[in-house]
Amino acid sequence: MKKIKIKPLIISLLTAGLVILEVYPLFWMLTASFKKPAEFVSKPAYALNDGFYIQNYIDAWTRGNMATFFKNSLINTLAALVFIVFFSVTIGFALTKMEWKYKNKVASYFGIGIMVPVATALIPLFQIYNGMNLINTRTSLIITYIAFGLSLSIYLVTGFLKSLPDEILEAAVVDGCGIYKLMWTIVVPLMKNAIVTVLVLQFFFKWNDLLFSMTFINDTKLKTIQTGLLYFQDEFGAKNWGAIFASVSMSVLPMLVVYMILNKAVIEGMTAGAVKG
Amino acid sequence: MKNVLGNKKAIALFVLPGLLLYTIIVMLPVIWSVYYSVYEGTPGLKWNFVGLANYERLFHDKNFHNALIVNLKYIAIVMIGQVGLGLLLALFFRFWLTKFKNVVRTLVFFPVVLPTVAVGQLFVKIYEIQPNYGLLNSILSNIGLQHLVQPWIGQSSTALGALSAMDIWVAMGFYSVIFYGALLDIPGEIIEAAKIDGCNAFNLFRRVLSPLLKPITITCMIFSFTGTVKMFESALALTKGGPGSATKSLSMFMYSVSFTYGKVGYGSVIAVFIFLLCVVGSRLINLFDRKEKA
Repeated sequence: MKKIKIKPLIISLLTAGLVILEVYPLFWMLTASFKKPAEFVSKPAYALNDGFYIQNYIDAWTRGNMATFFKNSLINTLAALVFIVFFSVTIGFALTKMEWKYKNKVASYFGIGIMVPVATALIPLFQIYNGMNLINTRTSLIITYIAFGLSLSIYLVTGFLKSLPDEILEAAVVDGCGIYKLMWTIVVPLMKNAIVTVLVLQFFFKWNDLLFSMTFINDTKLKTIQTGLLYFQDEFGAKNWGAIFASVSMSVLPMLVVYMILNKAVIEGMTAGAVKG
Repeated sequence: MKNVLGNKKAIALFVLPGLLLYTIIVMLPVIWSVYYSVYEGTPGLKWNFVGLANYERLFHDKNFHNALIVNLKYIAIVMIGQVGLGLLLALFFRFWLTKFKNVVRTLVFFPVVLPTVAVGQLFVKIYEIQPNYGLLNSILSNIGLQHLVQPWIGQSSTALGALSAMDIWVAMGFYSVIFYGALLDIPGEIIEAAKIDGCNAFNLFRRVLSPLLKPITITCMIFSFTGTVKMFESALALTKGGPGSATKSLSMFMYSVSFTYGKVGYGSVIAVFIFLLCVVGSRLINLFDRKEKA
């Protein structure tokens, strides 16, 4: 009897340990974000919060400019996503289903982009944008996000389109459908899953960008959430733990919400993206 | 059919805008970096051709050697940690975990989607010793391990390890999901047959699973490699490259050389080096795969 019980116990313990390891740091962050400054001094770090001290969030949101950073990240990310989806769908379609001479060459040309480290492009991009007076503008970030989002997105879209039977397109063409109508009424609705994957994946990548935004933007009004958080750390330092926890919690929240709603698409999207490497 | 799908105007309209943007912003800068790397000074002001002098300088630069060693150590530790633990987790999900499978997988994956800087800030507080003990030190001190309390990211002996632990924590869920998918693709009959033939767990893994998992392992390694070569965001958020230069990566070195000190030409040499490291490393890992197949 005893022997049978040991294995499930070990599994339960391992599972519990794993869940604690993954969840506890985040739980701790959340509880700490509601602590009064005095609690950090008088109690050990793992103690629960005494009450809900909302002032941390108010400080972060107003004095720490989190409201501005949030707005900027949202604008940049959404603007880039619209174009990334539009370009990757049209380019992906042209590369897989349309007939022209150089399509394989263009496809592998787009493929190379997956290998390019952001750091390698950084110095020339800074020089280009500087010359065009684009430093400290949203435009510089948005066009960079679009261009760097294309390779992987096109790869995902073409993978999906390759498995789409040609007959559907042929039937539409026989019925007298032109190319643009074909795109909007047949192809785009059929690609809903691939589009969601691209959207979700690129949302995480763009929202998490640090290197581009810290290089191209130094105006506080235009900073994004990632650079904002770094700035926040320098500004408040070790003095205001509560406000730092509040700002970090706030930046995590959109991810938490999107992930909870779309976790299947996220996991599949990340996995599909990874297969290319 | 041909008229519609061979519509030249439509193809141009679909492909050219994106192609142009991609060429200017992604591909051109790579070539441009190579061009910059043989110059010295500030572009447009004092801009002198120096040939390969920047490259030569790189080989004698102690700061570069340090950044390279830090970056390589980080690649080795984090790659083994992410891919290894990812594989172990996947095996655990597939063969032992019976209840709450989806919930556990969802939770383990969660750190993957968190903003890097936010994770960095969180871990700064976890590792903190001054002015108050952070989570790790206060737990250690409470369970009687006072002698282990230390400034985890404030001393060079533990900073890189602390940073690696954080990045492994973030990404292992991602690899576990990939490996788990691959394990599900392996037909149950093969595993059953091996068990009937008297295979124990270790031999089952060594003789049956690991050969079948090899392609996906290579993919994971390449993915982890290209991620760790770039080492920047998490190190900046957690340690800012310090203490001293204990966690200063190649990208951070490049960044400070070109943007803090304004040495664009020399910075470009490092940028080119990072690009080559990325390409050569991925090719080497890929080679592993082909050798076995032949």
